[in-house]
Amino acid sequence: MLKIIATRVIEAFIALLLMSIVIFLLSRLTGDPIALLLGDGATDADKIAMAQELGLDRPLPVQYLNFLGNALTGDFGQSVTAGKQPALDLVLSRLPASLSLAGVALIFTLIIGIVFGVLASVTRNSPIDVAARLIALVGQSVPSFWLGIVLMYIFAVQLRLLPTSGYGRPEHYILPAATLGLFTLAAITRLVRSSMLEALGSEYIKLARVKGLSESIVIWKHALANSLIPVITFMGTFFAVMITGAVIVETVFSWPGIGRLAYESILSRDFPVVQTVVLVITSLFIIANLLVDILYIVVDPRMRSRG
Amino acid sequence: MMTLETETPLLEMREVSVRLGRGAQAPALIENIDLKIFPGETVGLVGESGSGKTTLGMALMRLLPPLLDQGLSGEIFYDGEDIANLRAGELARLRGGEISMILQDPMASLNPIFSIGNQLKEGLRLNATAKGNLEARAIQALESVRIPSPKTRLANHPHQMSGGMRQRVVGAISLTRSPRLLIADEPTTSLDVTIQYQFLELLKDLQKRMRMAMLFITHDFGVVAKMCDRVAVMYAGQIVEEGPVRDIFNRPAHWYTRALLESVPTVDHAPERLPTIPGSPPTITGRPRGCRFHPRCANAQSKCLEPPVDVEVGAKHHAKCWFPLRAQRGAA
Repeated sequence: MLKIIATRVIEAFIALLLMSIVIFLLSRLTGDPIALLLGDGATDADKIAMAQELGLDRPLPVQYLNFLGNALTGDFGQSVTAGKQPALDLVLSRLPASLSLAGVALIFTLIIGIVFGVLASVTRNSPIDVAARLIALVGQSVPSFWLGIVLMYIFAVQLRLLPTSGYGRPEHYILPAATLGLFTLAAITRLVRSSMLEALGSEYIKLARVKGLSESIVIWKHALANSLIPVITFMGTFFAVMITGAVIVETVFSWPGIGRLAYESILSRDFPVVQTVVLVITSLFIIANLLVDILYIVVDPRMRSRG
Repeated sequence: MMTLETETPLLEMREVSVRLGRGAQAPALIENIDLKIFPGETVGLVGESGSGKTTLGMALMRLLPPLLDQGLSGEIFYDGEDIANLRAGELARLRGGEISMILQDPMASLNPIFSIGNQLKEGLRLNATAKGNLEARAIQALESVRIPSPKTRLANHPHQMSGGMRQRVVGAISLTRSPRLLIADEPTTSLDVTIQYQFLELLKDLQKRMRMAMLFITHDFGVVAKMCDRVAVMYAGQIVEEGPVRDIFNRPAHWYTRALLESVPTVDHAPERLPTIPGSPPTITGRPRGCRFHPRCANAQSKCLEPPVDVEVGAKHHAKCWFPLRAQRGAA
């Protein structure tokens, strides 16, 4: 079991390394950083001096190693906008807002999605099941920028129940988390419903009933435990959907997270910040997948004895 | 088993049918089944695939899929209580402790997520009156089905065990609360022959000790000969013949039973080419009128287009046939 986990950790490091190469190359392909830093009025001499100062006159592999070395010490360059803040500090200061939003959204979508999925499967073709399927269909087809604006219009503007934007108090989370989570909620509901239906038709459910177990133990223990395995498999993907969704949702609700930071820094062509945001998001994604792999081994005994 | 005339049956099915849904005209998987099982005896239920054997077994446990459970009619008296008219959920209190079942497929009958111990103990826990702690009772349950080093096995998961081992664990789970009636649905078909034999011996042994009644569903006459006191033959959803095992083997009354027996090779009856029954069993929507076997019967006559009555052909031996192979009682 430890061996499998160690393998997964090494794989995660390799993925991080490969990803750093991709990000480095992309940042060199998207434009000349010197022109950007110095502006239109710079002379050739200024440009050469700048290139030497930043090490941009050296060969690409050397530049990459420099980039990697700096990255390992936490130096991702400075923001080119007014404050000249270190890019990493800027990104990290925005991270808690994003992670808390994604966390709240993920926890609620998991709980609601699992409950919906289970209820839909045990009351197959009943009104509950039809409602759950409808929510799943709508949730997976409605774009989040539209949903965010509609929710804001109904609950904040018309009903005045919730704030349109802001950050800090629990009520600020409700609309952005709902917007961010609906797609995943729909996906989890569908996934749980279909895997529950499969589990409920299995022989081990028959045996559980033969034993005389109550229906609630049969459903919530025996059937659900097996139905959660595909949910765990998709958790990494769900996390990715949440993080990418954050760019839109945070912009709509003026949420001070890295999604909005990414959007703003792209608009202002703040490359060091964009680069750092991308790097942080990808690292989060790799870590999330690593955790999913480990969780998978813990939950499914068949995975444990393999390898 | 000796005469049981004076005893009251543990289980009695009266006019039990299972249809595809509530409608009285809906196609029936099993129809008008009458069957008694007395305490301590083993009744074999034989027939081709699709004849309704498993449906009958699942109906007794009230574990039919919802649509079929709605289509269940008739009376099933277990220990004097009509369980056909209980809500399916209320049956949970009888399952495991009173009526239990060994399922067909041991490879798929255990939950892959939970350890053997977990799956054994959750059944044991329901047995409020039992003495001793759970761990000890779980070990004892594994010992009773002769699983070596039961203590370490409790921590195992199903995928760590062989097919024969899993079948014993399923047996242990099904038997651990000493049910009074066990439904064994082809419990050995997926096992190889030596393990089959061991498992049957084990079942017989446990049955003797616990004085448990058994309904043994199989299509293997060898198993029937080894295990059963009485046997009921099913064809196309009906019981066409029922009687003591020796009687059925030596002097079958129904033409279908005889044809089935002839298609089984034995030591002194092993021709080059085994006789087969022409045609195939009807589907549940295409069952012929009258005797359901008549299109395949060697002795079909015009009378066979009318539904045959159940005639007594010997002591506790009756068959649904217009022209039974042996003379009716008294006429002989």
